[in-house]
Amino acid sequence: MFITTLWLSLAGQMQPIDAGEYRPLYLKADTPYVQVQSFQLDAAPVTNQAYFEFVQAQTKWQKQNVPSIFAEHNYLQHWLLQNGQYQPSQHQLNTPVTNVSWFAAQAYCQAQGKVLPTVDQWEYVALASEHQANGSIEGDFHQKILAWYSKPTPTQLPEIMQNPANYWGVYDMHGLVWEWTLDFNSALVNGESRNDASLDAKLFCGAGAASSADPKDYAAFMRFGFRSSLQAHFTSSNLGFRCAAATNYSKD
Amino acid sequence: MKLAMLVGVAAAVLAVPLNAKSLPVEKATLTAPPMVPPPITRNYPAKVQIHLETQEKVGRMADGVEYVFWSFGGSVPGSFIRVREGDEVEFTLSNHPSSKMPHNIDLHAVTGPGGGAVSSFTSPGHSSTFSFQVINPGLYVYHCATAPVGMHVANGMYGLILVEPKDGLPKVDREYYVVQGDFYTKGAYGEAGVQPFDMEKAIKEQPDYVVFNGAVGSLTGDKALTAKVGETVRLYVGNGGPNLVSSFHVIGEIFDNVYVEGGDLVNHNVQTTLVPAGGSAIVDFKLDVPGNFILVDHSIFRAFNKGALGILKVEGKEDKGIYSGKQKDSVYLPEGSAVQSVGDAAPFVTAQNKAEKIRFGQRIYEANCQACHQAKGEGIKGAFPPVAKSDYLNADHDRAIRVILNGLSGAVKVNGETYNSVMPAMQLNDMDIANVLTYLLNNFGNKGGEVTAEQVANQRH
Repeated sequence: MFITTLWLSLAGQMQPIDAGEYRPLYLKADTPYVQVQSFQLDAAPVTNQAYFEFVQAQTKWQKQNVPSIFAEHNYLQHWLLQNGQYQPSQHQLNTPVTNVSWFAAQAYCQAQGKVLPTVDQWEYVALASEHQANGSIEGDFHQKILAWYSKPTPTQLPEIMQNPANYWGVYDMHGLVWEWTLDFNSALVNGESRNDASLDAKLFCGAGAASSADPKDYAAFMRFGFRSSLQAHFTSSNLGFRCAAATNYSKD
Repeated sequence: MKLAMLVGVAAAVLAVPLNAKSLPVEKATLTAPPMVPPPITRNYPAKVQIHLETQEKVGRMADGVEYVFWSFGGSVPGSFIRVREGDEVEFTLSNHPSSKMPHNIDLHAVTGPGGGAVSSFTSPGHSSTFSFQVINPGLYVYHCATAPVGMHVANGMYGLILVEPKDGLPKVDREYYVVQGDFYTKGAYGEAGVQPFDMEKAIKEQPDYVVFNGAVGSLTGDKALTAKVGETVRLYVGNGGPNLVSSFHVIGEIFDNVYVEGGDLVNHNVQTTLVPAGGSAIVDFKLDVPGNFILVDHSIFRAFNKGALGILKVEGKEDKGIYSGKQKDSVYLPEGSAVQSVGDAAPFVTAQNKAEKIRFGQRIYEANCQACHQAKGEGIKGAFPPVAKSDYLNADHDRAIRVILNGLSGAVKVNGETYNSVMPAMQLNDMDIANVLTYLLNNFGNKGGEVTAEQVANQRH
């Protein structure tokens, strides 16, 4: 009971992330690192409960009201219609909200004065293991992430914060759901993953791994691959989100 | 007859411009391996609609070993697609909503950038449709080309599409669909449980499993391919890879015809044909005698230690003129005395006690027996009986001696399973046979005991 309360209180909280640099997957090994300014990131993915509170306040984002150009048919399809309103079931409350479009996720963050994290911000935080900011130097770091990526989505998603936080105090960057990013489609414009060596599109790649900084980082390939398959009105049963904010942001 | 048909085809082509709207529409029949859709009988092009679904689900890799396969149509290899040269294909790829990955399809039968990969790139819970004309006849691989391509292929996302030439292929009695693939698991071969994909091994090209049709034993035992004496069998053979090239061979048969690399070139009287990763071959042969014919990758450790083994079970009348079976077993006495050796001969060491016999016996086992009966004595289901926890072994030590001395052929029942294959006689001396049996009896969950050289000598005739 105590633990439950603890993570619910932590769930809405943000963690400060120090400035730093990382090398995106799709750049060549000799290109410079990308600088990431300090910012704050939600400690956990947004839950069904938190998202339900949001749609109660902003009814235009309720399932029956949302225009299809902002969220496709499957938007919030895992919620049930009860008393004239779509809502999560009791056991979904602390699980990450999924089946939300990019527009919906962005609206949620904006309602709190936040914004979706950029790909760079997200990848930078996702690079951390439990003990260090750059987990990729730990031997089995990629393999552990990959193990999750290769499993199908369970019918019932696990609750948030069931695994240890990473170096930044942030939970569930890996192993729970995919997450929307602000600029999810900026790096990738082409479904042909092997062609980018000849394109100037800075794509992720397969056979074109020649243009990747770390061809062994299959996990990152898959994230970039997944993001590139999306359009902003798409929803997916394993795609959720969390929000980011500037360092000086504070919830009053 | 043939000329008339050609004229007919030409007329059809002239009468029907290759315009999708005027072509008759039909839905493709898709089959799961090892089955193949029936030959196409029409002699005019059609618009063929194909619907394939990508799925990610846990399946069996070997007994007690599971793996999360990614697939086209729920099977590895994916559904077999059969179309006719000149057909227009309308292809719909659906990605199941429970998928974690986006998927697409690159069909090597497509003339166009990416083989359809760009046009079919599909997020979980979505469908994509694209069209193409099949211009070149042949047997082609299709596969997923989403990043990281290697992992999508390594997880089982490949299959075959046959583009029949306008005049069709020569008629045969049976057709089967066999695709080889290599798999990379965290645990070693046979390690139980759900095994995750191992990226390091995949990059080093060191597979734990090399199998036909997605699993160890998918073409053995009850699932063996079947045919009758006198029939002609055609195998559509593919190799999904991702890494290894296959030396495809059927033990005891010679391919009458091989459509080399799945194309037009036909070679005859071929023993082993190379199937490149991402490539194919069509082989056919007439069956003259009954028996079990074993499909292998003749890079032979893959067959006996990594799973690349299938069985074609042929029933019918024997023809001793073509194959006699063993006619005579006689003692061979070479001229002169014993085999001469130069230099220091290894000293002959005799085991002094039971513990030493077990230790020496282990070496004999590893050198002579393990290739078939496997490292833990578990054997290979459907082909080689287990010597671990083996009721057959424990029940009769003298019989076990005779099996090693004389070999064994014909049906035997071991631990409730019937095995019908051949073990050759082993050229071992009495002491070695005593040692290896003592080793077996005291390992692998067997009931213990000891066999002496005298016992072995008594069984020699």
